Amino acid sequence: MSDTIEVDGKQYGVDEEGYLANLNDWVPGIATVMAAQDNIELTDEHWDIINFLREYYEEYQIAPAVRVLTKAVGKKLGKDKGNSKYLYSLFPYGPAKQACRFAGLPKPTGCV
Amino acid sequence: MSEVVKKFMYLNRKAPYGTIYAWEALEVVLIGAAFDQDVSVMFLDDGVYQLTKGQDTKAIGMKNFSPTFRTLGDYEVKKIFVDRASLEARGLTQDDLVEIAWEDFETEEEIENIVEVIDSARVGELMNESDAIFSF
Repeated sequence: MSDTIEVDGKQYGVDEEGYLANLNDWVPGIATVMAAQDNIELTDEHWDIINFLREYYEEYQIAPAVRVLTKAVGKKLGKDKGNSKYLYSLFPYGPAKQACRFAGLPKPTGCV
Repeated sequence: MSEVVKKFMYLNRKAPYGTIYAWEALEVVLIGAAFDQDVSVMFLDDGVYQLTKGQDTKAIGMKNFSPTFRTLGDYEVKKIFVDRASLEARGLTQDDLVEIAWEDFETEEEIENIVEVIDSARVGELMNESDAIFSF
């Protein structure tokens, strides 16, 4: 648990898989830095999903499994975005795992 | 994926906090939901407290996970049962419990609340019909 990530000169604790240790520490810059480490430059489309995940967590207190995320995104952001092909094009390491990490959430429930 | 669909029942008998059983049971249900089985979740005895509205856990320093039950519909769990006698013994009614909605995104079929309060005879029947019961 001694790993940290540096964002704007501040250190934030992360777990052994790179997920933010404290959900409440999250600032958008953390997503930008984590994405850069994965060679991704965040676009508005990425932010839609990251913000969606944070809202989902706020309401239900869990990070959704990818199946559930896909359905819920389709409902909220339109059917053309509610499919795994679109989500994987944004988050190649898995929309639930990678996007949740950028969003500062714990690893999704149901990620077996 | 196996084509044989089994009837899985998750039985919740314990209060939401004080032990880890209730939260662990919910996680098992959510993870197990990925396997496309016929899943039902039953609340009995102190387990009925897990579904009560207006929980506030600040003073005990635990995460209030009661909002998470409302995702069960998203996870395609459509059968949630509560034992009426257990509710009555604790001075509770269905009005004290959270509502869990379910919606089919393809057909837009919607059920406003899938939480069903049933009598003890029906509880017994449902247990008998189950292929596997996971008791927490």
